[in-house]
Amino acid sequence: MISIRNVSKHYGSFQVLADCRAEVEKGEVIVVCGPSGSGKSTLIKCVNGLEPFQDGEIVVNGISVGDPKTDLSKLRAQVGMVFQNFELFPHMSITDNLAIAQIKVLGRSREEAVGRGLKLLERVGLSAQAEKFPGQLSGGQQQRVAIARALSMDPICMLFDEPTSALDPEMVKEVLDVMVGLAEEGMTMMVVTHEMGFARRVANRVIFMDQGRIVEDAAKEAFFGTPRSERAQQFLSKILQH
Amino acid sequence: MGYHWNWGVFLARVPSGETSYLGWMLSGLETTLALSLSASIIALVMGSVMGVLRTVPNRWLSGIAALYVEVFRNIPLLVQLFIWYFVLPELLPSGIGNAYKQMHPLLQQFAAAMVCLGLFTGARVCEQVRSGINSLPRGQKYAGLALGFTLPQTYRYVLLPMAFRIIVPPLTSEFLNIFKNSAVASTIGLLELAAQGRQLVDYTAQPYESFIAVTLTFMLLNAVIMGLMHRLEAKTRVPGYIGGGT
Ligand SMILES: Nc1ncnc2c1ncn2[C@@H]1O[C@H](COP(=O)(O)OP(=O)(O)OP(=O)(O)O)[C@@H](O)[C@H]1O
Ligand SMILES: [Mg+2]
Repeated sequence: MISIRNVSKHYGSFQVLADCRAEVEKGEVIVVCGPSGSGKSTLIKCVNGLEPFQDGEIVVNGISVGDPKTDLSKLRAQVGMVFQNFELFPHMSITDNLAIAQIKVLGRSREEAVGRGLKLLERVGLSAQAEKFPGQLSGGQQQRVAIARALSMDPICMLFDEPTSALDPEMVKEVLDVMVGLAEEGMTMMVVTHEMGFARRVANRVIFMDQGRIVEDAAKEAFFGTPRSERAQQFLSKILQH
Repeated sequence: MGYHWNWGVFLARVPSGETSYLGWMLSGLETTLALSLSASIIALVMGSVMGVLRTVPNRWLSGIAALYVEVFRNIPLLVQLFIWYFVLPELLPSGIGNAYKQMHPLLQQFAAAMVCLGLFTGARVCEQVRSGINSLPRGQKYAGLALGFTLPQTYRYVLLPMAFRIIVPPLTSEFLNIFKNSAVASTIGLLELAAQGRQLVDYTAQPYESFIAVTLTFMLLNAVIMGLMHRLEAKTRVPGYIGGGT
C-alpha cells in the first residue's frame, strides 16, 4: 500500500531524512517513534506529498508521490491525515468541517456529505456537537472530529502525526480508542506516536527513527522484546519509565 | 476678534447662480465618496490578489507581489498622483493615451485619482493580507491540502476566511486612510470635499464655517465606516475562537 524506497531529504546541508526504506502492507498498522527532531513528521508528510523530497521514491497504492505528473490533490484525497494540533477549520461548524472536502473535492451533494459526516461523528461519539464550532470543543473532542473528517473522504489509508501529544492526559484515551477501533477494522495506518500502549495493542510493526534514519524496523514483538540498536533501547527505556 | 459668523452662507447662491454653496459641498462629498469607494474596491482586490501571491511557494509570483509593494508603498502618494495624471498619459501607446485625453477633464482627474489611491492603498492591504495569512498556524494549510484541496481551494476555503477575519481592524484603518488621502486629489483639480471647502473660502471669505463643515463631514464619514466595520467584525466572529496561531 505504502512503499518508501531510499528516500532522502535535506534542507540546504542539513539532512532530515537519510535513505529511508519502509513498506506498509494493506491492513497493517505501523507505529513510527523516535526522539524529537529525528524526522518522523517529515517522513509521514512525504508520504502524501506535503513535504517534497530530493531522492528516492514513495509509492502509494501504485501511484508515485514524487512524480511531477502525479495529481497530488487526487492522491491526498485518498489518504487521510490527522495532525498533532487537530487543524480543524475554526470558522466552520463541525458539520461543515466534515462536509466541505467531500463536497468540494469529491463532488458529493451537500445532503450526502452531511449525512456521511454525521454518521462518522456518531461513530466517534460526538453527535451532540454537530452544530458547534471547533473552538467550543475540548482537545480530545477536536481530535476525534479531525479523525472523522479524514474518514469522511473514505481514505485507503490513514496517516497520524502524534495525534495525542497535544492533549491533556485524560483525553488521550478517548482518541486512542477511536484509533484502536479503526485498526481493528483493518484500516491501513501509519502512526507517529510515543503511546507504546497503543503500539503494543494494535501495531504490526514499529519503526524507530534517529537523526533522519530508520534505525529499526521490526515486528512489534521483536521491537519490544529486544530492540537491536542501542539508540532504540535507550529511547524505549526513557519513554517507558513513566 | 472681528470674525463675522454666517452659517447662512451655505444657502447663498454661488456666483454662477446654478446652485448654492451647500450644493457645492454636497457635490464635493459625492465625489469624495465615489472616489474613496471605488479606490477601496481596487485596493481590496489588488491587495488580496497580491497578498495571496506574496505567500505562495513560487519565487516569481511572490517576487512580483513584493515588487508591487515596494514601488507603491515607498513613493509618496502625491508623487504617484502626479505620475498617474501628468506623466503616464504621455507614455501610453498613442491610441489609449489619446482616448484618455479626450475624456472629460473631470473624468480624467477622477480616473487618475481612483487608480492612484487604489493601487497605493492596495500595496498596504497586500501587506495586511500577507500578515493575516502568515499568522495562521502552518498546519491549517497542510490540513487543507491533506484533504485533497488544491492550493487555490485551500486559500479559498481554509486560509483566507480566517485571514480576513483577523485583519478586519487594520483594514478598517486603511479604509479610513483612503477617505483622508482622497483629499490629495484636489491637487490635480478634482473638486472633492476638501477642494469644495477651499473654493467656498475663496468666494465667500467664511473660512471657519467652511472648514468646520468639512471637518465634521470627514469625522462623520469616519464614524460611519468604523461602525460598519464593527458590525462586520461582530457578524463574522468565530464562536469559541481565541485568536492567534500556534
Ligand atoms: N523548514 C525547515 N527548514 C529547516 N529544517 C527543518 C525544517 N523543518 C524541519 N526541520 C528540521 O528537520 C528535523 C526533523 O523535523 P521533524 O519535524 O520531522 O522531526 P520530528 O521527528 O517530527 O520531531 P518531533 O518529535 O519534535 O515532532 C528537525 O531537526 C527540524 O529542525
Ligand atoms: Mg513531529
